[in-house]
Amino acid sequence: MSLALIAALPFLGALLPGLMIRAGRNACALLTGSVTALALLGILLHAPTILGGGVVETRITWVPALGLAADFRLDGLGLLFAGLILGIGLLIILYARFYLAKTDPMGQFYSYLMLFQGAMVGIVLSDNILLLLVFWELTSLSSFLLIGYWKHLPEGRQGARMALAVTGGGGLAMIAGMLILGQIAGTNTISGIIAAGDAIRASDWYLPALILILLGCFTKSAQFPFHFWLPHAMAAPTPVSAYLHSATMVKAGIFLMARLWPALAGTPEWFWLVTGAGLVTMLIGAKIALFKHDLKALLAFSTVSHLGLITMLLGFGTKAAATVAVFHILNHATFKAALFMSAGIVDHETHTRDIRRLGGLRHLMPVTFAIVVIAGLSMAGLPPFNGFLSKEMMLEEAAHTAPWVIPVLTLIAATFSVAYSFRLIAHTFLGAERHDYPHHPHDPGFGLWAAPALLAVLVVLIGLMPMTFASGLVDVAAGAVTGEAVKVKIIHWHGLHSPALWMSLAAVGGGLALLGLFPALLRLWDAAPRPEAKRMFDTVIETLAALARGIDRRLHGGNLADYLWIACATIAGLGLWAFLTGSHVAGGQALQPVPPVVAVGWFALMVGSLAVAIWHRQRLLVLILISIVGLMVSVGFAYLSAPDLALTQISVEVATVILLLLALNFLPKTTPVDTATPRRVLDLGLAATGGLLVGGLIYALLTRDFAFPSIADYHLENSKTLGGGTNVVNVILVDFRGYDTFGEITVLGIAATLIYALTESLLRPGPASDRLRHWENDTQDAGDRHPMMMVVATRMMLPVALMVGIYIFLRGHNVPGGGFIAGLVVAIALVMQYMASGFGWTAARQRIDYHGLIGAGILVAAATGIGSWFAGRPFMTSNYGYFEIWPLEKFELATAALFDLGVFLTVLGAVMLALSSLTRIAIRAGQKVNVEAYDMQDRMGGEEH
Amino acid sequence: MELLIALAVGTMTAVGIYLILRRRAFPVIVGLSMLSYACNVFIFASGRVVAGLPPILSKGAPDYTDPMPQALVLTAIVISFGMTAVIVMMALGSFLQSGHDKVDMGEDAE
Repeated sequence: MSLALIAALPFLGALLPGLMIRAGRNACALLTGSVTALALLGILLHAPTILGGGVVETRITWVPALGLAADFRLDGLGLLFAGLILGIGLLIILYARFYLAKTDPMGQFYSYLMLFQGAMVGIVLSDNILLLLVFWELTSLSSFLLIGYWKHLPEGRQGARMALAVTGGGGLAMIAGMLILGQIAGTNTISGIIAAGDAIRASDWYLPALILILLGCFTKSAQFPFHFWLPHAMAAPTPVSAYLHSATMVKAGIFLMARLWPALAGTPEWFWLVTGAGLVTMLIGAKIALFKHDLKALLAFSTVSHLGLITMLLGFGTKAAATVAVFHILNHATFKAALFMSAGIVDHETHTRDIRRLGGLRHLMPVTFAIVVIAGLSMAGLPPFNGFLSKEMMLEEAAHTAPWVIPVLTLIAATFSVAYSFRLIAHTFLGAERHDYPHHPHDPGFGLWAAPALLAVLVVLIGLMPMTFASGLVDVAAGAVTGEAVKVKIIHWHGLHSPALWMSLAAVGGGLALLGLFPALLRLWDAAPRPEAKRMFDTVIETLAALARGIDRRLHGGNLADYLWIACATIAGLGLWAFLTGSHVAGGQALQPVPPVVAVGWFALMVGSLAVAIWHRQRLLVLILISIVGLMVSVGFAYLSAPDLALTQISVEVATVILLLLALNFLPKTTPVDTATPRRVLDLGLAATGGLLVGGLIYALLTRDFAFPSIADYHLENSKTLGGGTNVVNVILVDFRGYDTFGEITVLGIAATLIYALTESLLRPGPASDRLRHWENDTQDAGDRHPMMMVVATRMMLPVALMVGIYIFLRGHNVPGGGFIAGLVVAIALVMQYMASGFGWTAARQRIDYHGLIGAGILVAAATGIGSWFAGRPFMTSNYGYFEIWPLEKFELATAALFDLGVFLTVLGAVMLALSSLTRIAIRAGQKVNVEAYDMQDRMGGEEH
Repeated sequence: MELLIALAVGTMTAVGIYLILRRRAFPVIVGLSMLSYACNVFIFASGRVVAGLPPILSKGAPDYTDPMPQALVLTAIVISFGMTAVIVMMALGSFLQSGHDKVDMGEDAE
């Protein structure tokens, strides 16, 4: 099975539980499990190759220019981890089926679990650092969902947030570190990076890269000082804890350290950083674990401790130590998953996880007791279980590592480890049977204990016959870590001369002593002050949030003028800086002459603009002034060889003025003075600076030649031959850059819909609606609201205007015109009807809904684009041809015209929807709606009185 | 000619900036319209200006002006109408909700 498929299977499987949960919980669990089983089968089919010393690869090129590829590689280490992830994952699925309560949404749980599983499998199979980083972040995200699965529990949400903040933050650091590694090695494949190990270790960037990557690994694997998130993550349902703590999540950091071991290990920096962190973590975790009363908290800190142990072994940097680390990864996964599931069973049966309320369960829950004893003794490192083997080997390695403080601290940690393991067994199951359990316990059904029991069997099998059950896997995995062939020899008896034996004995003795002294030690522990990691974390987060709020309040104080001031000043400053520091040549173009008529138009524009600024408080006057400016701009376009622009500008101008007039009906007619004179002077200064800079820039542009060859020639040459039209601007719009236009009409449609929605919200009951209902017009009504002359004239004009619109539309491809302009012209013709004959009269005759028009326009444009697929061309390829139909002259039909029709419809619909929305507000404000066109009744009634 | 265009663009920009720095919705809307004019003319002029050479292909034409900025500006004009309409509607809504057409939240927020 392809490795890419194996990695993809859990993700595909994540889609199923949500659907299958309707078929019942058993079907859901079965299906989820079979997907995982399929992926596991895929891995196992490759196992013979891997165990024989080979590797399996799947490479899919993705973005080769960026070194981004879906490279998957399965070697010994990958086999070990993928096997653990999928194997234990399968057991977790089984366990969760019986663990989750009826009220828990199981489909959701399995979906999250499969996402997480996929991300983990992805990490261990990736052979590309970019791909690995993607999966890495996915584990942070999906574990967030899993830890916070019980959304109603505040601890669950807080724990999830903390885990995400810590592991996500570390992940960010790791991205930087990985990219540095990729740069040094010159490749993004992990195998390539490992091969470039010597260059990496010699590089100046080695230490920064190492620190950044270790940040990622340590946060993920809960190494000191980032260990605090893991215990809080146990607020998750027990199946999640069991999965996260044994085979996945926290093992991801370990995996990566092992994966990059050949590239990074072996330097003093590596030794001190990794060994140091591992040793401290092992010690602290073991010590805290002893004093925790919550079963899962005890196990969580023991996980922290064991992860420290593995980290320390990897830190030693020797082949033997790395081999032991790999072996312990396997052993820890088996006994820790079993222990967590057992803790879940105890919780499930007694309704408490507090060790102080437990005890004496051995007769009530014999099966669970047996499992916990096997797994717990393995955790303590007692023979004949698998934990003993790796622990003995670990002590052996530590004993031979200088300085002396390492073996001493290791021994202390091992002692505590024995103590908490014994406490777990003794205080939960031994002692007298009690009568005050919150719920009377008994062993659960087979479904719940099957998974931990199977793991316990593994613990025993590996413990008894390591060479049969584990050595082959350890050999290839350790071989993959160290890059050399490994032939491990796992034995139970190292002889009397072995320091590990004596250290082990000391640890067991010390552990029993600690347990004996436990009540006294606990009093001491409770009395001693100790840092509360969660409170510190919360303080840090709160401080950061307060800091962000402070900055936000200062920069984002709710004053639009201030924002715009800052933005304009920044843009002006940057522009000036770029101009002054950049290089540019003096303008050499000769200025063109100015005909007198043009000068007059320009003068009108300048006066109009300045008058807008001067009289901006008188709003109606400003409307007239700004339309002068707009008119002059249109004329300017016409003069400067842009007929299409002139047509568009002038029709938009009309629509805008009507729109603003309608709005002014409800807005104050004057603007009061809000700002003091100094502020106005300041604003004026900025405005003048901005104007000078922009004017200067365009002057500089106009007097210089193009810096790069213009693309105009391409469009001019191909407009006729490729687009079939002589109006190049129109051909660009509907053909060359039709995709852009498609986006633009969509935006226009969205804007119009937004206006409609805003109107709806204003008309809904609320302060705005009330204000409208009690609206008192502050201006006098026109004497004649619908003058007969205007009504008659506009009615006569309507067919003509429509004809003009169609004419402008049809000719657009070859001479000035087109969908945009035609849409605006027709819209204005229709608006004229509203103005002349009244809204009520016009609306009664309106057959087509404006929303529908917008939608139809966009659909027509899209359909035209899709049409080219049927001709086997890419989206929006245009075509055209000439047709002759009697009695018409030969004429041209282009698909672009159909596209332009879409543009036309959308523009028409959008303009009409915007304007008619304003009219609806006017009607709410109590403006009379006439049914007859001329308001005749009103007038007649008036005359009678 | 070039000087006149530059002066016009500069003036319209200055007026636009001054108006968008006002505290009421209506002048801000007018200011945005002025800025739209300035920007549109700016982009159009960046293709260099010339009289009497429209980009309509014909046999007798000696040369053509650059059609590309024209196509860009044409859609920009229409889109700016849509934008103006949305802002007008928002201004109207805020006026009807609050009874004033101030654009800063200063007093309300504190």
